[in-house]
Amino acid sequence: MPTIDPEAVVGSRITNQSLSRWLHSLPGVDKVGLEARTASLGTRSIKTDSKAWALDMAIKMMDLTTLEGADTKERVRSLCLKAITPDPTDLTTPQPAAICVYGDMVKHAKEALGKNKIHVAAVATAFPSGRASLPVKIADTKDAVNAGADEIDMVIDRGAFLSGNYLEVYKQILAVKAACLRKDGTRAHLKVILETGELETYDNIRRASYLAMLAGPDFIKTSTGKVSINATLPITLLMLQAVKDWFDQTKIQIGVKPAGGIRTAKDAIKYLVVVKETAGEEWLTPKYFRFGASSLLNDVLMQRQKLTTGHYSGRDYVSVD
Amino acid sequence: MRLEVKKTYKLFIGGKFPRSESGRIYKVNNHKGEFLANVAKASRKDVRDSVVVARSAQSGWASATPYNRGQVLYRIAEMLEGRREQFVAEIRELTGKSEKQANQEVDSAIDSWVWHAGWTDKIDAVAGNMNPVAGPFFNISTNQPTGVVAAFAPQDSSLVGLVNTIAPAIVSGNSIIAITSETLPICAVTLAEVLETSDLPGGVVNILTGNASELGSWLASHMDVNAIDLEGTSNAAELEMLAAENLKRVIRKGGYSRTGAKGSLQHILDLMETKTVWHPKGH
Repeated sequence: MPTIDPEAVVGSRITNQSLSRWLHSLPGVDKVGLEARTASLGTRSIKTDSKAWALDMAIKMMDLTTLEGADTKERVRSLCLKAITPDPTDLTTPQPAAICVYGDMVKHAKEALGKNKIHVAAVATAFPSGRASLPVKIADTKDAVNAGADEIDMVIDRGAFLSGNYLEVYKQILAVKAACLRKDGTRAHLKVILETGELETYDNIRRASYLAMLAGPDFIKTSTGKVSINATLPITLLMLQAVKDWFDQTKIQIGVKPAGGIRTAKDAIKYLVVVKETAGEEWLTPKYFRFGASSLLNDVLMQRQKLTTGHYSGRDYVSVD
Repeated sequence: MRLEVKKTYKLFIGGKFPRSESGRIYKVNNHKGEFLANVAKASRKDVRDSVVVARSAQSGWASATPYNRGQVLYRIAEMLEGRREQFVAEIRELTGKSEKQANQEVDSAIDSWVWHAGWTDKIDAVAGNMNPVAGPFFNISTNQPTGVVAAFAPQDSSLVGLVNTIAPAIVSGNSIIAITSETLPICAVTLAEVLETSDLPGGVVNILTGNASELGSWLASHMDVNAIDLEGTSNAAELEMLAAENLKRVIRKGGYSRTGAKGSLQHILDLMETKTVWHPKGH
């Protein structure tokens, strides 16, 4: 895998000033253009064959998520069973990419998933606020990795980012990435959550994307799902542009994961259109695009049943979650 | 000199008045065969959207107290009374009825709402039962709404037929997707405006204007619809077969009169399920 020299990208030694200069030299986001572009992509009509493909792809890209204070071992177990057999009436249904849980639930998820290829992703670093000292964040990450997590979803320190302390944000991502290393030398995949709902402007989201990418994660992720503004199409498009430009510049391909608020198959298909038209087909794989979602799966399953049976399905024909 | 402001006749879905998703409209004529208005022509996707909102509205409506549901139904009667002149004018224009006949139809529609409003808290008293069982148990049968009802209103009635199709469904806590008479849909749109201002939660009643044959199979085969009322359909047998797939309750064509000021308790019960509870009792 190619690596980059951050100093070469930024153009000087990494300091808060140089990062600031680099990030603020990025072109500003054309808000009106961005939103108009997303709106026009969202109106595209997807016909039957493509729709069937898109629904299956949406399931394969899904990080089936439960991140509640009230999560129990049993709840995680039932979610894992659902991931293993999403639709018991149709065994051709693909499995989602991963189960996304809190760190202490990783061992239960691993146990329930057994030999299945479904990954376990754990949120770490004082999710969702990210308000803890770095040693605590690192310990949080290591704990999840040691419990067997395949992927780590970390949150950036939005307070530091908004107050212009970019170096701090960058260093924390590097530190967490280092904490993802396993004893056997492999590394848990790292997703960096920007929490776009708290970043206020599109310009900030672009800057945060670049700052995160500089630290070399596997994914950048929109949101925690715990604030009022979660993933939106324009934000995802913006982040896809960022990873695409980054790829053109550095030959390093980074994935994007919108999370929170994606509840219907129709929404999911709109996202896939945006992926195809913004980043390109190279991103149209679970390796480089994921959905963080919980209720989305049932809606996709119902749409899938509609396509196979010819009549509309209902909530009675999918499992309760 | 000013231009007359014409009304756009739209659908009623989830408490809102959208145009048809398909953008289609069709012409409605008055009783003399002259052009009266363009009305939205509902499509398969409007049906789909209606079922989704009807499903999400149903549990809240069913868990409202019977007393509260009765008040809302009575409120509909009040609001309908306030629009009497508009309904009378529309019925006359559509059907050619005399003023007296049109007034009688509006009377019946209003009275039917009041009749149904009275039933909300009496259904169980009349149709529920404490069953005698051989054992130390209370055994109680109560009536529960069946869920989402799809109904085709009679084709030959502009107002009272629709009211006598909607009211028996929602009185017990069902939600409904009502397909109006294709040729007499004007009063239905006005009725939707009445419902919208009657404290009825959005999505409990959804009114679609359009062609019953086109929409019928989508509703009859829909797995998230629990009952179907075939009154206004022309292919009832075919739809009844589709409805069997998920064991929908079926009200057959011509089963109940829809022209009067009173409904039928049996009609209400046809759209309900019996729940029987065993409860241990001490010696």
